[in-house]
Amino acid sequence: MSRLGRGVAALWSFVVGDDPVTALGVVVALALTALITSSGVPAWWVMPVAAVGLLVLSLLRASR
Amino acid sequence: MRLGHTPSVSGPELALVVSVFIACTVEAVEALTIVLAVGATRSWSSALYGCTAATLVLAVVVAVFGAALTHFPVDTLRVVIGGLLLVFGLQWLRKAILRAAGMKALRDESAAFASESAAALSADTRSVAGGIDAYAFIVSFKGVLLEGLEVAVIVLTFGANQHRVPLAAAAALAAILLVALAGVAARAPLARVPENTMKFAVGVMLTSFGTFWGAEGAGASWPGEDVALLGLVPGVLLAAVAMTVWLRRAGAAGAARPDIA
Repeated sequence: MSRLGRGVAALWSFVVGDDPVTALGVVVALALTALITSSGVPAWWVMPVAAVGLLVLSLLRASR
Repeated sequence: MRLGHTPSVSGPELALVVSVFIACTVEAVEALTIVLAVGATRSWSSALYGCTAATLVLAVVVAVFGAALTHFPVDTLRVVIGGLLLVFGLQWLRKAILRAAGMKALRDESAAFASESAAALSADTRSVAGGIDAYAFIVSFKGVLLEGLEVAVIVLTFGANQHRVPLAAAAALAAILLVALAGVAARAPLARVPENTMKFAVGVMLTSFGTFWGAEGAGASWPGEDVALLGLVPGVLLAAVAMTVWLRRAGAAGAARPDIA
């Protein structure tokens, strides 16, 4: 693997860790918040629901 | 000149100091174990050089990125910082919950010290020029740098979002000094520090602030604005405790019925 490839892999591992589904879920929740807000509907509740939901899913995967 | 003026500290600033201090204490305890192990078995001076070099690199990272981050538009900063804090927070919280529920082994600093010491003793004894033990220097440097990078991100993200990077850096420095002094006094790994409880607390804070800032950055308005944090932090804590209890009970039920996979 090249030096650049190793750098990208290290950065990915540092930010995303061993649970890419959670990281992806956070990105989707942020996008959903922006989408709902842009339509004029209050969307503050999306992130707390997503945080708890993603944590439960992550724990379920880890405890299997 | 005004006399009797008491500088006020806002709730988010207090949370910044507490979160950075606890996170940095946890990581500093882990780094201390590595430095103590290579210092005691190989070379104290080389281990301390490695530790100092890594601390300087981390200080440069915080200074350079801290200055750069304050020039970003606040909403962009909040959505990126919020997302990053939330990802980190959920990772810290997941591991802390699994450990508290007995589904993941607690970190044992004494065992980590013994393992690092054994590896250091069996490593190559050749030194580089200047009398520096390459193994002690590199292991110490890598240990402090890797343990410190996550704290550097927390310092930067919390600090930049509130334009208080120096305050966050000061909290981190205070934690490092406290752990270093305790390590020098004890001359042993700090095995009695309640690491998992501290990780649990940091996970709750990172998740709460990541959720708050991420939603704000994405354009949402919180009911009551900053006051919403007073509901969000206890809410996340309550959810995390409930998940710990649920996993403990699930684990106990599974242990009572070994025939069920």
